[in-house]
Amino acid sequence: MIEVSKLSKSYGDFLAVDALSFQVDQGEVLGFLGPNGAGKTTSMRMLAGFVTPTAGDAYIYGHSICDDSLAARRIMGYLPEGAPLYGDMTPLKFLRFIADTRSILNHEQAAAIDSVVDTLQLGSVLQQPIDTLSKGYRRRLGLAQAIIHDPKVLILDEPTDGLDPNQKHELRKLISAISADRIILVSSHILEEVEAVCSRAMIIAQGRILIDSTPQALIKMSRWHNAVTLTFRQNSVSDQELKARAAIIAGIANVERAELNIDKQGITVFPKDGAAIIYDINQLTAALKWQPEQCHVETGNLDDVFRTITTQ
Amino acid sequence: MSPFLAIAKRELGSYFATPIAYIFIVVYLFLSGLFTFYLGGFFEREQADLSAFFGFHPWLYLLLVPAVSMRLWAEERKSGSIELLMTLPVTLWQAVLGKFLAAWLFVGLALSLTFPMWITVNYLGSPDNGAIITAYLASFLMAGAFLAIGSFVSAANRNQVVAFIITIALCFMLMLAGFPLVLDLFSIWLPASVTNSIANLSFLTHFQNLSKGVLELADIAFFLLVIGTWLYATTVILDLKKAE
Repeated sequence: MIEVSKLSKSYGDFLAVDALSFQVDQGEVLGFLGPNGAGKTTSMRMLAGFVTPTAGDAYIYGHSICDDSLAARRIMGYLPEGAPLYGDMTPLKFLRFIADTRSILNHEQAAAIDSVVDTLQLGSVLQQPIDTLSKGYRRRLGLAQAIIHDPKVLILDEPTDGLDPNQKHELRKLISAISADRIILVSSHILEEVEAVCSRAMIIAQGRILIDSTPQALIKMSRWHNAVTLTFRQNSVSDQELKARAAIIAGIANVERAELNIDKQGITVFPKDGAAIIYDINQLTAALKWQPEQCHVETGNLDDVFRTITTQ
Repeated sequence: MSPFLAIAKRELGSYFATPIAYIFIVVYLFLSGLFTFYLGGFFEREQADLSAFFGFHPWLYLLLVPAVSMRLWAEERKSGSIELLMTLPVTLWQAVLGKFLAAWLFVGLALSLTFPMWITVNYLGSPDNGAIITAYLASFLMAGAFLAIGSFVSAANRNQVVAFIITIALCFMLMLAGFPLVLDLFSIWLPASVTNSIANLSFLTHFQNLSKGVLELADIAFFLLVIGTWLYATTVILDLKKAE
């Protein structure tokens, strides 16, 4: 378990992290969201033992990051932002170095290295200088060093930054696969990623927690959640008629308002408080024989929630 | 393997993974030979000793050691790998000592490759080999002291060139602390007792005692103390500035 208690960091007058307090239990994948400069990286650096907190403390399975940092770091794997590595080494030598500093016994090293090389598909580049590797390989090597000692806590600062869609998918699969008996903290800008891998999402801005919830609950906060978009065949409906139809739909109970999209011959209907309105709309369109070409329910959009919350 | 040794091993390996090691060794051997034979007048002296050789070591180190030490921490900061290193389960002392040891062993290796000088002087005459070993020790200790200073300056900077220049300046001051060149700067406005203490810090005075073959415990202790002090300062500055 991770217990964060009033963790703060200030640089001069600037308060980067403002009395952050939260708990994470085993098995949780916590997504850290927030605009740039929100304090995500500083918070993660404090937990990883790189930045010393100005005030407050955090306990990693009971080990204080201030007084017992070494013990905390032993059970933790950390991928810093940008995945810095030693460019003049080869991945094999680098992983051996990490295994040595993590005091993995000699006879267990080969197995530990084989396992992460296999998981992250690094086999083909093991003997190549790290400086010559592509961004995707470097990121994966950064991850390999973070999980080589099978840590109970994994802190990943923007792990998918710079990866292509296939690699992102692989990484998300990996995170999901290893999350069961660990605690994983992931920071990201990419909201779909949080939706895909995290069991819990936290939005941070100006060093404070604004929202602490599940990605599903966050999506429900979107005004797009359960909104319905109707599209009509091109040129089948005049602009006048489209406006009239929007006005009729807006009259349905539980509909907040209907927005026109004249170019696409469409109407987007927003419900009141995320209510399910698709059934009522279907009945209406059938009764009035509107025959829409498309009719679909929006699930909601995290970007929208993110913008609303962080710009308030 | 302990984290301390792992760090030393990695650091030492990184010298040889780049051309740094080979260039350093070649230039070092070339210059030390040049100084010994041309400036030191090794043959003209007609004496079976290596003082012509060791006499120039402080000057050689002044130029070359900062080139080794400047990258110790500045490079880690610049590339961001310091974040990786400092979040591994290693203490500051293990990291500082590991890196220092690697640099010291590396300079020691270059120094040991001057062994043909020793063979030559033994071939030409019968020198006092005890004195030569003491002088080698002095040279090694002096290099260590310069490296420890360089380690501190490198930890305080993220720019290697700045670290290089500041290290040269600092080493130069400390090397010549016992000579009018530096002492006059202080004697004008400081009491004589303080100026005397400064003079006692002079690397060159302690080096010259040892390199003449006078194995004085105080001189050895002086260099070890200098190394320890600057390495301690390195851990302090790293703790303060590692994340900046």
